[in-house]
Amino acid sequence: MNGPHDLGGQMGFGPVAPETNEPYFHAEWEKRALGLTLSCGAFGAWTIDESRHAREKIPPAAYLSASYYEIWIRALETLLARHGFAMPEEIGAGHSTRPAPSPKRVLTADLVPGVLAKGGPCDRPVATAPLFAVGDRIRTRNFNPESHTRLPRYARAKTGVVEAVQGGFVFPDDNAHGKGENPQWVYTVVFDAGEIWGEGADPTLTVSIDAWESYLERV
Amino acid sequence: MSAHHHDHDDHHHDNHYSDMQARVRALETVLTEKGLIDPAAIDAIVETYETKVGPRNGAHVVAKAWTDPQFRTWLEQDATAAIASLGYTGRQGEHMRAVFNTPETHNLVVCTLCSCYPWAVLGLPPVWYKAPAYRSRAVIDPRGVLAEFGLTLPETKKIRVWDSTAELRYLVIPERPDGTEAMDEEALANLVSRDAMIGTAIAGAAS
Repeated sequence: MNGPHDLGGQMGFGPVAPETNEPYFHAEWEKRALGLTLSCGAFGAWTIDESRHAREKIPPAAYLSASYYEIWIRALETLLARHGFAMPEEIGAGHSTRPAPSPKRVLTADLVPGVLAKGGPCDRPVATAPLFAVGDRIRTRNFNPESHTRLPRYARAKTGVVEAVQGGFVFPDDNAHGKGENPQWVYTVVFDAGEIWGEGADPTLTVSIDAWESYLERV
Repeated sequence: MSAHHHDHDDHHHDNHYSDMQARVRALETVLTEKGLIDPAAIDAIVETYETKVGPRNGAHVVAKAWTDPQFRTWLEQDATAAIASLGYTGRQGEHMRAVFNTPETHNLVVCTLCSCYPWAVLGLPPVWYKAPAYRSRAVIDPRGVLAEFGLTLPETKKIRVWDSTAELRYLVIPERPDGTEAMDEEALANLVSRDAMIGTAIAGAAS
């Protein structure tokens, strides 16, 4: 979707503000927000792609004024309600008032080291051979779905070169919407800045994205 | 900005943070009452990223790449396995790629669409990495962004920006600073900042 999250090339946000000796967390609730997000992800009720889409569906004004942990919490509340684990009125009241479904897993403290060390690999075999090879010139498709996609707006309908065939991966545009993993080949595709930004682009700059095969067309 | 205005902003900031504190506490209470989460698991997650998984992991990878040509080759060919051989695996490090700065090219990593970041080697991302200013400008004005980090590259140096749009996670291997030939791996690792492994700094420079 063309949401507030798709920030590449937007202007007006001011300078980057790096913080000297930045702490990992700026408030206690940020620690809990991290832990809650990971703990609820362990339910196995939704995918990382569905959670990303829940974050980008936050209304633009709220998204752009929120800290990232606030974005996580807003999206987590959406996911918990959608899947029946906790309703907004319960969170408003601060107490459970109705039963929840049983998740596939409850992340207890003893499971944490193993779960974090294992992660969630999303490479998958793809039945067909890659359509593109290193060095191929490709053009990215021009589409504007209301659903989830990982092809940023700035890189649509642009001509670039395949630099690497990275393997087969779960296709987020389907997986975010419960349509299955439907893995595709992923390619690193590199563009000259002039192709993306046109007049005045930095002539020394190239930008790459990692693109699923169905984002690409042969030139 | 006037002092008054500044006070107002801080006040707003404090209110917002206390609102979030209450909202997140309520959420944790509801989920705990339902038996869906274990508050001790949250403590364990936080402790992991405060004390165990952070940029020292990545600095170890870089220092080894500088001192061990075989390891460097392995990083080029299969970064996930090479990094795992040092014990760094898992969440947001499942599919690693190492990108090497050279005299000709400087690499910079961003996630314009969200906050993708190589947790297994760098830990949790800093706030600026997840905020709109960096995510919007890294792909169109990287030199301007780097200047805000105090880094000015030669005008002729090529810049390659890696937008982490899929599940590959990128670690920048900075150039080894001159005059470090006599240093061992541990001393070299101390020259490698988090920002040097994102690409907003170079090794051996303050960040």
